[in-house]
Amino acid sequence: MSSGPRRGVENKLGLTLKDYKGQPSTLCKGCGHNSIANQIVQVAYELDIAQHQVLRLSGIGCSSKSPAYFLGGSFGFNSLHGRMPSLATGALMGNHSLHAIGVSGDGDTGSIGLGQFKHLIRRNVRMVYVVENNGVYGLTKGQFSATADEGQVLKYAGENKLPPVDVCMEAIVAGAGFVARSFSGDAKQVRELMKAALHFEGTAVLDIISPCVAFNNADTSTKSYGYGREHEAPLHDFGWVPVAEEIEIDDQEPGEMRVVELHDGSFIKLQKLEEDYDPSRKVEALRRLQTAHDRQEFITGLIYLDEARPTLADISNLADTPLAHLSAAQLRPSRQALAAVMDEF
Amino acid sequence: MGVQENVPAATAVSERPSQKPIVNDFAIVVATANGTGSQTANLALLRAIFRMGVPVNGKNIFPSNIQGLPTWYHIRVSKEGYIARRETSELLVAFNEATVHQDIRSLPPGGVCLYNEDWRNVPARDDVTMYGIPVRPFVAESGLKGKLSDYIANMVYVGALAYLLDIPLGKIDEALEVHFKKRRNLVESNMAVVRAAYEWASENITKTDPYRVEPMNATSSKILITGNEAAALGAIFGGVSFAAWYPITPSTSLIDALNDYLPRLRRDPETGKATYAVVQAEDELAAIGMVLGAGWSGARAMTATSGPGISLMAEFAGLGYFAEVPAVIWDIQRVGPSTGLPTRTGQGDVIFTYYLGHGDTLNVILFPSSVAECFEFGTTALNLADELQTPVFVLSDLDLGMNNWMTEPFTYPEEPIKRGKVVTAEDIRDNGRYARYKDVDGDGIAYRTLPGNPHPLAAWFARGTGHNEHAVYSESPEDWENNMARLQRKFQTARHLVPGPVIEENDDADFGIIAFGTTQYAIEEARDRLAKTGVQTSFMRLRALPIDDEVRDFIARYERVYVVELNRDGQLHKILQTEVPDKATRLVSLAHLDGMPLTARWVVEAVEAAESQRKEQMSHE
Ligand SMILES: Cc1ncc(C[n+]2csc(CCOP(=O)(O)OP(=O)(O)O)c2C)c(N)n1
Ligand code: SF4
Ligand SMILES: [Mg+2]
Repeated sequence: MSSGPRRGVENKLGLTLKDYKGQPSTLCKGCGHNSIANQIVQVAYELDIAQHQVLRLSGIGCSSKSPAYFLGGSFGFNSLHGRMPSLATGALMGNHSLHAIGVSGDGDTGSIGLGQFKHLIRRNVRMVYVVENNGVYGLTKGQFSATADEGQVLKYAGENKLPPVDVCMEAIVAGAGFVARSFSGDAKQVRELMKAALHFEGTAVLDIISPCVAFNNADTSTKSYGYGREHEAPLHDFGWVPVAEEIEIDDQEPGEMRVVELHDGSFIKLQKLEEDYDPSRKVEALRRLQTAHDRQEFITGLIYLDEARPTLADISNLADTPLAHLSAAQLRPSRQALAAVMDEF
Repeated sequence: MGVQENVPAATAVSERPSQKPIVNDFAIVVATANGTGSQTANLALLRAIFRMGVPVNGKNIFPSNIQGLPTWYHIRVSKEGYIARRETSELLVAFNEATVHQDIRSLPPGGVCLYNEDWRNVPARDDVTMYGIPVRPFVAESGLKGKLSDYIANMVYVGALAYLLDIPLGKIDEALEVHFKKRRNLVESNMAVVRAAYEWASENITKTDPYRVEPMNATSSKILITGNEAAALGAIFGGVSFAAWYPITPSTSLIDALNDYLPRLRRDPETGKATYAVVQAEDELAAIGMVLGAGWSGARAMTATSGPGISLMAEFAGLGYFAEVPAVIWDIQRVGPSTGLPTRTGQGDVIFTYYLGHGDTLNVILFPSSVAECFEFGTTALNLADELQTPVFVLSDLDLGMNNWMTEPFTYPEEPIKRGKVVTAEDIRDNGRYARYKDVDGDGIAYRTLPGNPHPLAAWFARGTGHNEHAVYSESPEDWENNMARLQRKFQTARHLVPGPVIEENDDADFGIIAFGTTQYAIEEARDRLAKTGVQTSFMRLRALPIDDEVRDFIARYERVYVVELNRDGQLHKILQTEVPDKATRLVSLAHLDGMPLTARWVVEAVEAAESQRKEQMSHE
């Protein structure tokens, strides 16, 4: 596993870490979203990503602002509140050679955009979908979001009497093949999950608890730094290994490490911690999320993995040339073709 | 003075054999119940008459229902080539027991009624020729049961009408062959009933009415096609590569036609893979989101919908306008507000689409009025969207979209596929500079790069938030105003790029008429009728918004200009008044909406009423 490059050192594309940054952040100091943006910068640098081949997409919210703060060399679209999924679907069908990192919030995904979120997953559009989950509406100043804790009291919003939407459960039920939960305070895990997600052939959902220091950071909130640091319980030590590298598993006890190969030949390594969690079983994944909820556990790591479903581009049987780059001759059928159609009327 | 429809004077049945035949100039209404398959029969009749060389137009007046509610199919046969709806039909096929009383009452004196003789209680009228034909024996003969017997009933009236109107059975056969796409077994089974009914009629009915179809040579080069099929073909030959949609009448058949033709017309010749994608979205909000995403990435993207869908697209339409993303939105208009009359026609979305989007938004609209223009605007709309980098609306309507219209076969588009101002990595390298929203040419249209462009300066961040020329977030008042001023300049450029009006100038005209879309047929006929009473008119058919100087000049040439449209509020009238404020008082709104296509009679009466009101006012002054 890479130990993280030093500043100023060029990656294989001759770029330094700085080259992967975006505009300076305008979010609050200490906002969890900032550290996630920084991890995306780091990951893209480490993976030698060509920025023009990755779209950065978002809806509306503090979280949705963050694409402006990473990969300044990427094309981006800051769309409408809750509507990033449809825009992403179109963009990635228009050019299916591109990859995308979408960033959303818990309001953007769990409230106004829940329908589009689930349909994106159902179609299995190939992209990384990050939910920067702070249990609150940051940008509109502190209203409860759909992921807020039941019974929680907030200064502006009063008491929340409704049960939370669990982003991971929603994703699994909708058919997502890569569902993970993490904590913006756990930079290393965020990075490794992000790397694996970028190599997943389908919609990869990362539900990252990302504290809002302005409106929801009391230690009693499950979306706070204090709670996260105290309670984070990784299901495994998660790692991603590129294609070329040998995976070192010889010094492990048998049964201590799960290794899963992704479609492109890279690997996911799951080092066993306290429990023996197998992320390949859907019902087990849902059960584990439910018990975590019931016991107030903050489980993180790869919760569900299944790469079997074809993507939307696959089932659409798209030709290799992206739709965006078809020539005029490919776009307009021939004179004879029109004559033949007219003959049938 | 009111104008009469071409209805023959009432005559007693007994006198009629000596009456002069009425050839190729009448209307038929076929009354059936929805969901009984009568569409096949009605189209067979329409097409058979058409194949006899006689101008026809068919209009399906159907309910919002899958089965059981009444449907009326209107066929107008007109040697003069008039294809607007007529308010009265002289021939009635009364094959819906639920409406037979009302249907027979609606016949004009001297009319003809063909009814199902199996029914009891068919009201008789002594000023109408009544022909009965039993359906049961034909059903028994066929051995079919239940719902299928409805199909037999349909072919029974086709056979009987063929006899009564002198339509050769060979023409019915040809028509069915087109309908069933040459599947002979289906043609044969239907023709068996048609033939039997024809024979029965020839043996049992003595024809005493004057209506007949005689072969002409007015349609031989033409085809029959619906506006939605034409629009889909137009889009395909206009280079559409991505469509997203959500089902809604009356737009669904447009996407159905895309799905029919794209798989055979747009495959990669080597791999057989698709060079297009059609996605059925979860709602119209997602459909337009996908279209904008695809348009932004460089695809030629479109959707088709109707009023309720347009409502859901409002926020994205504004984003498309402001972030400057190409998109084509076909609105096959039906009657609103809300669900309104979902299976009836209207022109009620003009104001809504023109300004769709919050804040300062102005959209380009195209108004096709014929199937040929639906085909033509397939290319025009996609080109304009790319050239102007903005959502382009195409306002068709249910009457145009879902009904069959005569047209010359479409010719290969002359207009090339235009992608507008797209710059490549090489262009930027040569230029050394790139700013997404900079008005380099002074026409308000900036240059765009497509995602994936590898030049380090190429990438930009599309957003609905305020931005500067480099697409970077900005709240600066100057940046906001400059950008919005540029968008306004772009809209001025659009005035010259959109299709201009079609003008029929009459040097002796007393006044002008302005209209758009399918009302043109009623207006053309009304103008001929007015001319016969000595009233001369000029006509301008608008084909797009925003308007250009040609439109202003036309308005300036007349003291009075009637703006005729199918809505309650005179929506185009209002827009023209704001666009040409110094001539606003010359514009007189003649607006009307009851869900039905406009008739010449309505236009003539409305114009005459307005004219006499004016004369009265003048005499008081
Ligand atoms: C259609 C629409 N409705 C409401 C808003 C106002 N709005 C902006 S952001 C937001 C909530 C954002 O919450 P979340 O997605 O959790 O993001 P956060 O700011 O917490 O990161 C709302 C309601 C909007 N922009 N658009
Ligand atoms: S309000 Fe909350 S979510 Fe928004 S930037 Fe500040 S800390 Fe982050
Ligand atoms: Mg939030």
